[in-house]
Amino acid sequence: MNIIVLIKQVPDTETKVRITADKRGIETNDIKWVINPYDEFAIEEGLKTKERLKEGLVSVVTVGPDRTVEALRTAVAMGADNAIHVKTESVLDTYLVAKALAEVCKKENANIIFTGKQAIDDDQAATFGYVAELLQFPSASVVVKCDISPDKSKATVEQEGDGGAKNVIETSLPAVLAVNKGINTPRYASLPGIMKAKKKEIKTYTLTDLGLGAENSKTIDSDYQLPPERAAGKKLQGDASAQAKELVRLLREEAKVI
Amino acid sequence: MGNVFVIAEQKDGHVKRVSLEILSELTRQGVAATAVVPGFGDLSKVTDNLVNHGAAKVVVLEHEALNQYNTEAYTNALHQYLSSQNPSVIVTGATSHGKDFLPRLAAKFTTGIAVDCTSFQLSGDKVSVRRPVYAGKCSKQVEFSGAPAIFSVRPNVLAVQTGSKSGSVEKVAANPGTVKAKIVSTVASQIKKVELTEADIIISGGRSLKSADNFKILADCAATVGAAVGASRAAVDAGYAPHDMQVGQTGKTVSPKLYIACGISGAIQHLAGMRTSKVIVAINKDPEAPIFQKADYGIVGDLFEVVPLLTEELKKLKSQS
Repeated sequence: MNIIVLIKQVPDTETKVRITADKRGIETNDIKWVINPYDEFAIEEGLKTKERLKEGLVSVVTVGPDRTVEALRTAVAMGADNAIHVKTESVLDTYLVAKALAEVCKKENANIIFTGKQAIDDDQAATFGYVAELLQFPSASVVVKCDISPDKSKATVEQEGDGGAKNVIETSLPAVLAVNKGINTPRYASLPGIMKAKKKEIKTYTLTDLGLGAENSKTIDSDYQLPPERAAGKKLQGDASAQAKELVRLLREEAKVI
Repeated sequence: MGNVFVIAEQKDGHVKRVSLEILSELTRQGVAATAVVPGFGDLSKVTDNLVNHGAAKVVVLEHEALNQYNTEAYTNALHQYLSSQNPSVIVTGATSHGKDFLPRLAAKFTTGIAVDCTSFQLSGDKVSVRRPVYAGKCSKQVEFSGAPAIFSVRPNVLAVQTGSKSGSVEKVAANPGTVKAKIVSTVASQIKKVELTEADIIISGGRSLKSADNFKILADCAATVGAAVGASRAAVDAGYAPHDMQVGQTGKTVSPKLYIACGISGAIQHLAGMRTSKVIVAINKDPEAPIFQKADYGIVGDLFEVVPLLTEELKKLKSQS
């Protein structure tokens, strides 16, 4: 069974964002790069799936410049068997990243594809859907549980719905599953794992290798802006009872939100 | 501006408000749009509502398989219809369904996508949108090369207004195509919960709540005004709340009229999830808590004392109106 995990390297959540002079992106020189938190859950689910089925290989794939290989090595240190790097210096949009990932999944004969529900930098939450459609595979978003049938022909997953509801979805395999926090607890990479990962051979493709040399992104970003600063408001006076009364009055009469 | 389509979302005969928000904004921009509704059965309440909010035309994509939401069925049916209509723009709400099928639809059209936009501008032949990135730490403008421009709009940001109230309604037989993934059952939440990402009012608790049971204090307060209850990551990690209640960079991004943060310090990652709230209230024992820097109204106090009193005051207000 070929278990593919699509991961992205993103700026750490503590990052204070600074916009570039041309306003087409953010400054990246001081950034601490990490594996997209949601993709960590995906890696773990891939590893757990292999353990539960007692068979299969877990391959992690990422698209990006050389620094993204670090993310692959971390996944290998956690236990992934193979690492695939689609090397590009350009910033690709969701569409083009998905095309590249789909091509890799085809080459790897994917039986099941895990990825995080969204990347915490671009927040599109769309790659999973593009990849699934390009491969003509079914998909499920916001997955918090995944069980594969013994004959490996289908998966039963739990999806977080609105207002705390949970949908149980049955899907044939191969499929693309976008996982959410709560599906598992990602393991830490062991020290032996980290040492082994340092020497792991990374399979590398360029966009041209994947037949995408002439393709371009379909969306164009510009005019990055910081959000309007919220000014500090007023601190209410008096004891708890007075504060509660005053708050309700202000929310009603001044802010007009209740 | 060529053909503009709003994929409207309905459930049990009710239109999701975000669909009306989008139509209202198109009306404000002087753009005529067609609302497309996948569904089955009597949807007259839905179509009337869409027309009343500015849809120049409503097209119901009708098929039994579209009675319940299904990723592939919706995607296939929408693509089959829309690809015959020479669309310039396809827009829907960034709800759980919208975020689920729209990327697949965009892949079928081999176009780009912009998700969870907080504004859009259709003028002449140009389409541009603005969307938050890095968990809302900044936003960017996105333009599209090729057609259709496909994007989704964040709920609760655009204002609803009624429109011209004259529009035609048409039913088209839909084709759901092949479906390989199906919802076989839905387990509703134990407690009826308002969906955080669409709530008008949210009351959230931090680790200071000290236990899952204590979240009842917030639930009681929320019940007085039909609010949703949220939680900080610290509260979720401590096991006091399930993570589908988590607001923040690795939780949900919310945009309510009113956000009341109880015992939440205001870490950068939490702020990322709620900074676009219209009004922020902070209740915290620590006067130096960073959240007070972003709150419109602050109460320095013990939430265990303040929140029950707030609940009483809200009950009084409710009984007066």
